Amino acid sequence: MEEDVRLMKGNEAIAHAAIRYGVDGYFGYPITPQSEILETLEAEMPWETTGMVVLQAESEVAAINMVYGGASTGKAVMTSSSSPGISLKQEGISYLAATELPALIVNVMRGGPGLGTIHPSQSDYFQAVKGGGHGDYRLIVLAPSSVQEMADFVALGFDLAFKYRTPSMILADGIVGQMMEKVVLPPARPRRTAEQIAEQCPWAATGRRGGRKPNVLTSLELDSAVMEKNNERFQRTYSEIERNEVRYQEYFTDDADYLMVAFGSIARICLKSIEMARAQGIKIGLLRPITLWPFPSAEIARLSRKVKGMLVVELNAGQMIEDVKLAAAGTDVPIYHFGRMGGIVPNPDEVLAAFMKHFGNESQK
Amino acid sequence: MTRQDIIKPENLVYEKPRLLNENHMHYCPGCSHGVVHRIIAELIEEMGLEEKAIGVAPVGCAVFAYKYIDIDWIEAAHGRAPAIATAAKRLNPENLVFTYQGDGDLAAIGTCETIHAANRGENIAIIFINNGIYGMTGGQMAPTTLEGMKTSTTPYGRRVDLNGYPLRITDIAAQLDGTCYVTRQAVHTPAAVRKAKAAIRQAFKNSMEGRGTSFVEIVSTCSSGWKMTPEAANKWMEEHMFEKYPLGELKNTVK
Amino acid sequence: MAKVSGAVVINEERCKGCNLCVVACPTDVLALKSKEVNDRGYHFAYPANEEACIGCASCAAVCPDGCIRVYRMVEK
Repeated sequence: MEEDVRLMKGNEAIAHAAIRYGVDGYFGYPITPQSEILETLEAEMPWETTGMVVLQAESEVAAINMVYGGASTGKAVMTSSSSPGISLKQEGISYLAATELPALIVNVMRGGPGLGTIHPSQSDYFQAVKGGGHGDYRLIVLAPSSVQEMADFVALGFDLAFKYRTPSMILADGIVGQMMEKVVLPPARPRRTAEQIAEQCPWAATGRRGGRKPNVLTSLELDSAVMEKNNERFQRTYSEIERNEVRYQEYFTDDADYLMVAFGSIARICLKSIEMARAQGIKIGLLRPITLWPFPSAEIARLSRKVKGMLVVELNAGQMIEDVKLAAAGTDVPIYHFGRMGGIVPNPDEVLAAFMKHFGNESQK
Repeated sequence: MTRQDIIKPENLVYEKPRLLNENHMHYCPGCSHGVVHRIIAELIEEMGLEEKAIGVAPVGCAVFAYKYIDIDWIEAAHGRAPAIATAAKRLNPENLVFTYQGDGDLAAIGTCETIHAANRGENIAIIFINNGIYGMTGGQMAPTTLEGMKTSTTPYGRRVDLNGYPLRITDIAAQLDGTCYVTRQAVHTPAAVRKAKAAIRQAFKNSMEGRGTSFVEIVSTCSSGWKMTPEAANKWMEEHMFEKYPLGELKNTVK
Repeated sequence: MAKVSGAVVINEERCKGCNLCVVACPTDVLALKSKEVNDRGYHFAYPANEEACIGCASCAAVCPDGCIRVYRMVEK
């Protein structure tokens, strides 16, 4: 398959990107608003073309454990779900992290808590970047704000997962999952051969090929001294990721007097608000974290010393703002939050009004 | 004829399989797990599957199975072994993939994964150790605990009005269209060990040939949990467990 | 008639003294040491009546710890 320009939903883009990346297996379970990922894969029948396995599991719990099983054999495997389903997967995600297994998990967030709503939300930020499951672990968390990024982050997510032997997550929301946009799909690349997997993943459980020593994939260690060493190794990996893999995008920050910080779909709405503000002579910039973990703390710290005020805009009650405040610690720049919950998405006027409420008097001087 | 005359390499008729390594197993004296581990190691050697075998270990007493049998292993979360095996086998159809699970793992917390993997007819072998008790956590009631049986969470004996009935999950597995071979065995006598070994051989063969799900229950003892000597536990198993869990083949579509 | 003679060698350190081999032996070859214990404190099995062994490997079949090697020889 050559590079291809298509119009499609973000969820569909993830499915197509997965096939083209050469993913070995997808294991999912239906839940709104992400079911198109599984539906698209079933309709595309990649097992006929690339040999990719696609399976509708009996539950989210089974699906994430299928990912654990597939990843243990060195294969590139993924699952997707939405918020309540991601809660069910947390046990498996913790095991993946603890066993140092590469895998990709997609969360197309809907509003919670509980069964909540099927409408868009960003209220799983804490769950994604602070752990979610038990134990000291981190996920690489990528936040797409366009259908193009939905497609691109499949490859990025897998590349980082395999580079660091740790699971990564695409933390999207119902807007990016459901909206249709132009997307450039990458050319297809072949799935890795058994030999390539053996070379890339010498730790994988593939059968003791050539009589090598047994490979055992486990997170269990009853010797506390060894378990602490394991944890120290995980933390070294996380430190390396924090050094190397921070990604963000800035808009109009060069001359900004104020800064908005927003991720995913709401960042695009903020951008429109900023255009409106600039038409009135109010210079606002935007920082859009692409990696929510590792978080662009250093860049936010730098900007916090430059601007007069910051507004963190999220589709939740105020989650990422905690990381923004940590990043800006030591400055006295005022930092406020604006968010809507329950599946409500504010329009640019509302975002701008929120900004003006906090900074209107001083910014128009 | 002296002992020294007999003990010569050419007269060796049995020794533990090489794949069952030199690590001392943590199981209590007389535990059935050790026998089943040994059978599995023997079969993998005899069938030449050392470079093909991927075992999925449970949570429970057999959590450390991977320390004793020198093949590739994946350690599962409690009850999830059939889901893990599903993906391992689908993504590696040339491999032997088997799960090794106890009654709590397979028939309580993992019932959903067990039933659905078997119902899809995944080409895996499920080895199910049923000793009617949670051994590792200290002898609590299992789904397969017999009526009246004392455990640490049924100290006056299991009452069906409070705790429900012992679960014959192997009978359920036999009803599923995805299973090709379902059998219930034991390892308490030399003859039983031979039969159990033949059953697991068949299950491994089915996995390699892609025949569907094979389900081998081994009715087992837990002398520590049952608070008996290993010998008395075997006798108690014959007298009580076999009534609820009769030995023999429940299903075989491969014949 | 050919006479079958057997012998068993027990890995004493691996043995946990569960007694199942003693019970399984059809010719009452095996017993547990009554006083002596191995490094882990178990009264391990040993061939107390070794002349009776026929090398049938019943003991090895039921041994949960893979402790027993069995030899058999047929005298013509």
